[in-house]
Amino acid sequence: MDIGIVVFPGSNCDADTLHAVRDVMGMRAQFVWHEERELTGLDAVILPGGFAYGDYLRAGAIAATSPVVRALGGYVDGGGLVLGICNGFQVLLEAGLLPGAMRRNASGQFRCEFVSVRAERVDTPFTCALAAGQVLRLPIAHAEGNYYADAAMRAALAADRQIAFRYCDPSGGVVPGANPNGSTDAIAGLANPSGSVVGLMPHPERASEGLVGGEDGRLVFESLARWIGARHHAGRAPTATGVEVR
Amino acid sequence: MVVERAAPVTDVLAGTGLSVEEYTEIQRRLGRAPHRAELAMFGVMWSEHCAYKHSKAVLRRLPVSGPRVLQGPGENAGAVLVADGWAAVFKMESHNHPSAIAPFHGAATGVGGIIRDILAMGARPIALLDSLRFGPPEDAQVIPLEHGVVAGIAAYGNSIGVPTVGGEIMYAPCYRANPLVNVACLGIVRADRLATARAAGPGNAIIYLGARTGRDGIHGASFASTELVGDPEDRSAVQMGDPFTGKLLIEASLEALASGAIVAIQDMGAAGLTCGLCEMSARGGVGMDVDLAQVPRREAGMSAEEVLLSESQERMLLVVREGREDEVLRIGRRWGLQAVVIGRVTAAPLLVVREGEGAVVSLDPRALVEAPIYTPPAREPEYLAAVRRVDPLTFPIAPPQPALLALLAAPNIADKRWVYRQYDHMVQTNTVVPPGSDATVLRLKEAVPCGLALTVDGNGRHCYLDPLIGGALAVLEAGQNIACAGATPVAVTDCLNFASPERPEVFWTFRETVEGIAQACGALGVPVVGGNVSFYNESNDAVFPTPVIAMLGVLNDVRCHATAGWRSSGDVVVLLGGGGPQLDGSEYLIALHGVAAGRLRMPDLASTAALIRCVAEAVAQQLVSSVHDCAAGGIAVALAECCIIGARGASVALSPAQGQRSDVLLFGEGVGRILASLPALNLSALLQLARRFAVPVQVLGSVGGDRLVIGADGAGVHGPWIDAAVHDLARVWRREAAA
Repeated sequence: MDIGIVVFPGSNCDADTLHAVRDVMGMRAQFVWHEERELTGLDAVILPGGFAYGDYLRAGAIAATSPVVRALGGYVDGGGLVLGICNGFQVLLEAGLLPGAMRRNASGQFRCEFVSVRAERVDTPFTCALAAGQVLRLPIAHAEGNYYADAAMRAALAADRQIAFRYCDPSGGVVPGANPNGSTDAIAGLANPSGSVVGLMPHPERASEGLVGGEDGRLVFESLARWIGARHHAGRAPTATGVEVR
Repeated sequence: MVVERAAPVTDVLAGTGLSVEEYTEIQRRLGRAPHRAELAMFGVMWSEHCAYKHSKAVLRRLPVSGPRVLQGPGENAGAVLVADGWAAVFKMESHNHPSAIAPFHGAATGVGGIIRDILAMGARPIALLDSLRFGPPEDAQVIPLEHGVVAGIAAYGNSIGVPTVGGEIMYAPCYRANPLVNVACLGIVRADRLATARAAGPGNAIIYLGARTGRDGIHGASFASTELVGDPEDRSAVQMGDPFTGKLLIEASLEALASGAIVAIQDMGAAGLTCGLCEMSARGGVGMDVDLAQVPRREAGMSAEEVLLSESQERMLLVVREGREDEVLRIGRRWGLQAVVIGRVTAAPLLVVREGEGAVVSLDPRALVEAPIYTPPAREPEYLAAVRRVDPLTFPIAPPQPALLALLAAPNIADKRWVYRQYDHMVQTNTVVPPGSDATVLRLKEAVPCGLALTVDGNGRHCYLDPLIGGALAVLEAGQNIACAGATPVAVTDCLNFASPERPEVFWTFRETVEGIAQACGALGVPVVGGNVSFYNESNDAVFPTPVIAMLGVLNDVRCHATAGWRSSGDVVVLLGGGGPQLDGSEYLIALHGVAAGRLRMPDLASTAALIRCVAEAVAQQLVSSVHDCAAGGIAVALAECCIIGARGASVALSPAQGQRSDVLLFGEGVGRILASLPALNLSALLQLARRFAVPVQVLGSVGGDRLVIGADGAGVHGPWIDAAVHDLARVWRREAAA
């Protein structure tokens, strides 16, 4: 099992993600420099949070043209798994690996606080350890997390079960007061139709230890470990779908 | 050398900030008249901001040594040993003047600047804290200042991935046009890898690393060394920050340091390249030969003075071992930064700066660094007698419950979540106790299970009423906050914000404040390992004399920490410590009577120190469920905060002293009183511990229900003073509209 964590020059959650995945979860992980074009051999790639190239333009806009992100398309087509966290999610949208766009938070301000999110799709490599409707308490830290999709896209997202997480209240109710940024349909996380690419605004790596931020975020990495473990066990060529792990 | 025609001294000095006497001294040191670029360098290096010429003599009063001190004042930041083999590096600086003119960029570059001081010690920055002072929050002039400063701190800190883990904000009319923006940064480094800014080794390369040099921030240090007069030209003295480049600079500098090729490192902040060159060579007793033509520039046509004085942000100066230059240049370029050899270290203590063929500077760097030291006249201000004559006990007693609600809503006391939710306070995943408690607690991944506690404190109103006592109170309050987290105080860095030291009354308050800080630090056994003085904080009105104390504490086991909110219903509520609270200088007097007056009492330093040790020990032994000190608003506000944060009620009975007014008992202030809640089972162990430290303990009541009820002990005649739903108290404190 080998997880690649991409380092853009302005990534600032790269070390935290490595710590959570490798030191806390005990998975094998390594940094991947943003100029890397070769991703084969990695079981999964994580785009961490931060400000990839400063994000003075739209968040993730420049990163979408970087060598490593250009290589992601082929990597995903070959069965690779990709998780984008916060800025990583913004990059995935800008790169067209997930649909839609991010706007500035409705508050106009950066928000760093704990939110509740409800698991909407639990058959992806990053959510398979969750129960449908399970509520996680995770931190957010972003200024551009106000996800936007127009009516046609919303219908397509629903049809392809692409909504992975929604902001909710602690009991799981998707109510206006629980949406921290004005996101369309309270979307906190998205998947591609096959589930091999997932983007989420909250930071699971910040909620992987009881001492700092709780342990709910571990479930995202635990999902990945299970999925990869099952895939290796099945002895198949890497593929994002069709492996029964639950 | 270019020969310059003699001009009248006053013309020569225009814009340098130097006096005629200082110019004479420069001539004496050089044995000749300074050249133009040299004079400009003297102007910035002998500015108050860089030279501490009015404060140095007084600052010698502060204790600077201790068993944990690895680096006291003199380098870019102080360092103390915090765990086996690990050093914490920390420093605080003001960015008051730039923030007054351009709040967003002024505050943002304040963050960028302090981070580079930590970086210059070889440490990775792991936390930021801010201490801010503004005029009244609803004032039309103050709103854009406050919002700009908060947004600037957020923009820079969030982007570079250093969490803003704590801080404080206080409001008073004297800060209306001259806000205070003090930023502290903490870094961590292996003790044997502490870096130095001492240049050494003739032949070693001087490498410029970072952003290009532009015309911004020229004379920033001089600008910070005079009163604010509202000149629109001042905006050009404010630097612009680029947090992305700041982030690149952190990574590139740390990578270069890890290579072992770096002999010395310093940031180019105030006074820019000038400061870097002369301080590094003077510290090392060596010289430098530098070619300005090599300095990467943002624009053509810059003069030698402009390049030497520019305060463009995100630049570091490195001394690199001869033969290893390419290695360091490659690291810089990999991170997309300018990385250029601009000169060499030389054996003789002579700083030579060339521009192409000609030398524009040639002097002993020590002449620049060792500015004259002044001890200006000091005189006790006349207003003191008047404000101290005011006796708060001549004011009517406000009805207790409305007074409590007014205090909870007062800007100085109300919830500050609206600020810290805009700061990324979790990145780096070390934040164990986030902002909003008495002190922030961080774990150290490098030294498990050790932890650090941090707080910034300082009450200008106290120093206005009595600078000596106010200085001491700031230290003691910080110490109590550290203890409430369960940590032992180990070091202080300070930021001293005052008006013009050239006025005898201001200089007197400065001297007294430092004396108070020194006495309290002495009592706690905590050294002051670094600091910053910001004078000339006045624009029409002088600001309150405002020392800000940043204190660092160590937890041997970070899991054994405490927070302010009640944890369990049924817990016993106790008050540790004593000392009579007083309304003089209190928040109650401001909020209810609009008066900043009274006569402060010096607390007993030894017994406060004992209380601090006792509380830290009680938390470390996990005897208590929660701890919170009684600060602004007195015991009533402290109890309300315990209820609000813990989302639980409490019922307590207070014992008034003979003849004590209810407002003094409920809202009186004074250090030396800390609230704790604990399981009844642990009470005897706590009492035993407290006896060991000779700390008095009063059992006040218990946690439970959803109301805060405060009554008088024994008496049942009048009913309780306070009986309020926690939910209502929370709504007022959070300044939410009624449901």
